[in-house]
Amino acid sequence: MAAGVFPIRQPGGAAIAAALAALVLGTLAAVAWQARGLSALGPWDWRAVWFTIWQAVVSASVSAILAIPVARALARRRFAGRAVLVTLLGAPFILPVIVAIMGLISVFGRGGVLNDALRAAGLPEISIYGWQGVILAHVFFNLPLSVRLILQGWQAIPAERFRLAESLGFAPRDIARHLERPMLRAVLPGVWLAVFLVCLTSFTVALALGGGPRATTVELAIYQAFRFDFDLGRAAMLGLVQIALCVAAMALARWIAIPAAFGAGLDMPSQLRGLGGWRRLADGLAITLAAAFLLWPILAVTLRGLPRIPLLPPEVWDAAVRSVVMALISATLAILLSLALALAIARGGARWIETAGMLPLVASPLVLGTGLFILLRGVASPQAMALPVTVAINAIMALPFGLRALIPAARDLEGDFGRLADSLDMRGLARLRLLVLPRLARPLGFAGGLAAALAMGDLGVITLFATDQPTLPLKLYQLMNSYRMADASACAVLLMAISFALFWLFDRGGRLA
Amino acid sequence: MKSRLIAAMIVPSLLAVAPAAAQDRPVLTVYAGDYVASEWGPGPQIKAGFEAFCDCELRFVTGDILPRILMEGEGTQADIVFGLNTDVTARARSSGLFAPHGQDTSDMSLPVEWTDPIFLPYNWGETAFIYDETRLENPPASFAELLEAPDDLKIVIQDPRASISGLALLLWVKGIYGEDAPDAWAKLAPKVLTVTRGWSESYGMFTEGEADMVLSYTTSPAYHIAAEEDLTKKAAIFPEGHYFMTELAAQLASTDQPELAQQFMDWILTPEFQATIPLANWSLPAKLPQDDWPEVMRDLPRPEKTLFYDEAEAEALRQPALDEWLRAFSR
Repeated sequence: MAAGVFPIRQPGGAAIAAALAALVLGTLAAVAWQARGLSALGPWDWRAVWFTIWQAVVSASVSAILAIPVARALARRRFAGRAVLVTLLGAPFILPVIVAIMGLISVFGRGGVLNDALRAAGLPEISIYGWQGVILAHVFFNLPLSVRLILQGWQAIPAERFRLAESLGFAPRDIARHLERPMLRAVLPGVWLAVFLVCLTSFTVALALGGGPRATTVELAIYQAFRFDFDLGRAAMLGLVQIALCVAAMALARWIAIPAAFGAGLDMPSQLRGLGGWRRLADGLAITLAAAFLLWPILAVTLRGLPRIPLLPPEVWDAAVRSVVMALISATLAILLSLALALAIARGGARWIETAGMLPLVASPLVLGTGLFILLRGVASPQAMALPVTVAINAIMALPFGLRALIPAARDLEGDFGRLADSLDMRGLARLRLLVLPRLARPLGFAGGLAAALAMGDLGVITLFATDQPTLPLKLYQLMNSYRMADASACAVLLMAISFALFWLFDRGGRLA
Repeated sequence: MKSRLIAAMIVPSLLAVAPAAAQDRPVLTVYAGDYVASEWGPGPQIKAGFEAFCDCELRFVTGDILPRILMEGEGTQADIVFGLNTDVTARARSSGLFAPHGQDTSDMSLPVEWTDPIFLPYNWGETAFIYDETRLENPPASFAELLEAPDDLKIVIQDPRASISGLALLLWVKGIYGEDAPDAWAKLAPKVLTVTRGWSESYGMFTEGEADMVLSYTTSPAYHIAAEEDLTKKAAIFPEGHYFMTELAAQLASTDQPELAQQFMDWILTPEFQATIPLANWSLPAKLPQDDWPEVMRDLPRPEKTLFYDEAEAEALRQPALDEWLRAFSR
């Protein structure tokens, strides 16, 4: 690692990180200030905190463990349509929550395909409602991210190492020990952390599938403090608890993770040899099961909504265009910000930079939106701020995911090529154009795609700002609130299709670059 | 080229947020709930109807209206708030931000007496469990029967901490069962398939066929009849009574358009305004003779009895009722 050896200062990255921390903590402070202080938490709030931690730990662990066989199978098998499948398997992560719940219910619900089959076979039914539903939904959302990040880890092992292993006559067990396990040791804590943090702020999922108030999460408690009690002090306190959990989890993950240090390779196509026999069967099974679990709900939603898309009123299409433009700007912003942060971190920037980069993930959208509203109130009219603020917030909210993909790649880049580039005095734009961008194109495309898709599906962290320029997710809710459930499912398919297309464009662009 | 195209798309959409400033007509700013101003809500008709005679522009601002007004205080741009629920009036009133509506409310078509000088109802309805008669052939005929029904009768409800209809259910149960409410909840809890954040998620689960009954409103079947010609969705009418729900409008004391704001308040209870409510808002008009209701609303089965707690009672009951509810589900 060049980190300690060449501590090159990166003022840009540090400034961005400082701004992020100021935004997250500043909005929290603004809410607390408006409330004239923090309030104590009640017993139900503490229950919510414990449930939130518990479900996030279980969800993250299950997602990470299940992702290993799927990622390994995808890494060592070559088959027709593999690239398409890898992209498709990413879909659930960028699904708008409400669409995903519709899909999961149509497969796992009481009237779903699975229970119909169980009934027909005379077997007892399963219930999606309760803690198991929350975990199921969280794994559905986060397995794709986990698989993707672990797969990147596998692909990042230089082909030369596998050739060396082969020439040394390594058995699969030896490869696992010398190559795969060190890679997992480096990658898994980050994956687990990312999923844990996503689940920490879960709100709608836990409520819709949790089966009752036992499944109350901190984010719901914050919502309740706002909407039900107007207790901004309690909301700020709960927001603080969420951030404390985030910092603790990050410290834990960093303590566990050990860099793998495989060294540089010549970018030859991966040589990971798919072995025959039972391993082939197991890999096939892992891929099939993952594909069925992740794609079936999406297929169910699509089939229901697709026929009605042409009947959607023009206002929905207007909203769609508006959302796409906003998502593209958010994605561009996210790419620029995450690149600057990742480079600063890779070149040995202070640890707090990485923590600041992860903070947006656990910043409660409600606290963030309310804090911004309080801070910007005197500056401009809230209506005029609504869309720009949404664009900026969406870019920031997507940063942590992009960073998870970018930081390891940027570290490898710095470790493998940093000294060479320094000795050649390659700096500034030249270094960016000739070294950084070509080598980071893939994770950058992935980060941009994620940002675009997440921005597309976001309902808006800023309901307080109010706008007469509705976005597509808002239209979806308006349709549902007007009893138009059939139109809503068509709108959901449209939203899903656009999110997915945006992700694909960026991701593909990154891979081709 | 590409950037110009993007600019052509984004610039209007960002600038159009502050429109019409060039026009000289005065602007009446109405803070309203999200659904109100959408093309599927009553907003467009209200806007067109008012602008036809006010020589002004009515501008809807939608979103989380009350929290926003409370934070803006007297500096708020709002002249009118439209779509408050009875659960927040105590809080809104104590802010001192609102002015009296000045309407005669002695002759409303509400099932309860309305004497509030500040918050003016523009629609109403009652909580009810909706079922599909093709899926549930023998719906419970009373709340008591619902409690005693087998636990495989599944209902979906809304969280009282996040939704007004969910809160209304708490008060409904409290109104029927009083001190025995915890026992009622203990019997109801096993039948609750899940609790959602808002009404729309619940209703979606019901129409998907996940649940046998959904907590909604007595007027819900009217939408299916009028818009979908679907006669199978029914409200289960219980002799114990149903809980009254209404949506309210009020004018801000700090308005810079006092005449326009008063004009708007005066317009709310007119037959012209009230006639738009049933089929745009899917609820009952607050002041309109029953003969003037659309047929689909007139023909809906009506509860014999209406339960309602006034603001002070509801505020006092809220926390204890919520604790009972939480305890019933935590067993």
